[in-house]
Amino acid sequence: MMSDNEIRIKMAEYEIAQPPQVLVTLGLGSCIGLALYDKYTKVSGLIHFMLPESNGKKDIAKYADTGIPNLIEKMVEMGAKRRNIIAKLVGGAKMFSFGDDNSVMNIGQRNAAAAKEILQKEKIKIIAEDTGENFGRTMRFFTDTGEVKVTSYKRDDLLI
Amino acid sequence: MDNTNFGLNSIQQDALKEVGNIGAGNAATSFSKILDREINIEVPSIEIIPLEDVSTITGSEEDHVAGILFKVTGEAPGTILFIFPSTTIKYLVEVVMDKQIEPEEIGEMEESLLKELGNILSGSYLKSIGDMTDLNMTQSVPGFSYDMAGAILSSTMISASSTGENVLLIETEFMDGERKIDGYFFFIPQIESLSIILNSLGFDNDE
Repeated sequence: MMSDNEIRIKMAEYEIAQPPQVLVTLGLGSCIGLALYDKYTKVSGLIHFMLPESNGKKDIAKYADTGIPNLIEKMVEMGAKRRNIIAKLVGGAKMFSFGDDNSVMNIGQRNAAAAKEILQKEKIKIIAEDTGENFGRTMRFFTDTGEVKVTSYKRDDLLI
Repeated sequence: MDNTNFGLNSIQQDALKEVGNIGAGNAATSFSKILDREINIEVPSIEIIPLEDVSTITGSEEDHVAGILFKVTGEAPGTILFIFPSTTIKYLVEVVMDKQIEPEEIGEMEESLLKELGNILSGSYLKSIGDMTDLNMTQSVPGFSYDMAGAILSSTMISASSTGENVLLIETEFMDGERKIDGYFFFIPQIESLSIILNSLGFDNDE
């Protein structure tokens, strides 16, 4: 299944690519995979972050609040125009439930909420989203079209 | 506290290993009774792993596995996670239920068998740790997921880690005779629980 064009992004990493490359991240649970795309220059970025807030820690791509703005900046350096960048959000699931923990938001929900808040601040529009629920997701981001294919064990493939 | 080794010296790590060993020994006895054959354990290992590396500790991120999760509450809180690949589920269903299944065929019956098994194993694990340390610990009802290993492991460990940086795993493997029962049993004490467990064993905090 893995083609030569694929670039794998692990947890707490991001990568910037251009056609014909495909950005891939496997087994998202409560983490978020965020695809950012400039449809004119096709400069594409994908970040797999784990937690909403860095609280001063250095591992930039691990956290939404440091990773997302940093990725946007790097994409602009690579020629993307900020006003043309659109976003697609994947992951943020809650893999286990116990029925007793409804009072606070789970990490998946907090991750998705953090991404939305940061993107709004950065004036970047989210045009598609596949988040929440209780299953794992693998995402493939095709930089030639901007499409994202979401694969999961519990559901048919989804193209967003 | 030092984040890279949780401030533990090698003697303290050995003590935690011994706690894991006794817990797992007791769990293996329960396991033997359920499977009606002798199940042994490997000496547990203690690993301190950065969170960003946890999704591949049992293999590829996309392997389909069953995860059975327990929250541990009481005097030394933490998390217990079992990971069984589909081949082991097939084996367990065969031995316990005398039924042949396809590896991907995880229905309600298989789910309740695995939950019950997890329940018994973690119960005897915690009971023997409790007896040894005189600490009171209780497990939650089991949470269950059959899904991608990466999704199960990352989500569990991110929640279990109080620092957001590393996770301390006490890992055990079970053996059926010479045959390894492919599966993982992780006890993930909260960072605060480590000193509580060590104190109860007579280790001073400043040691």
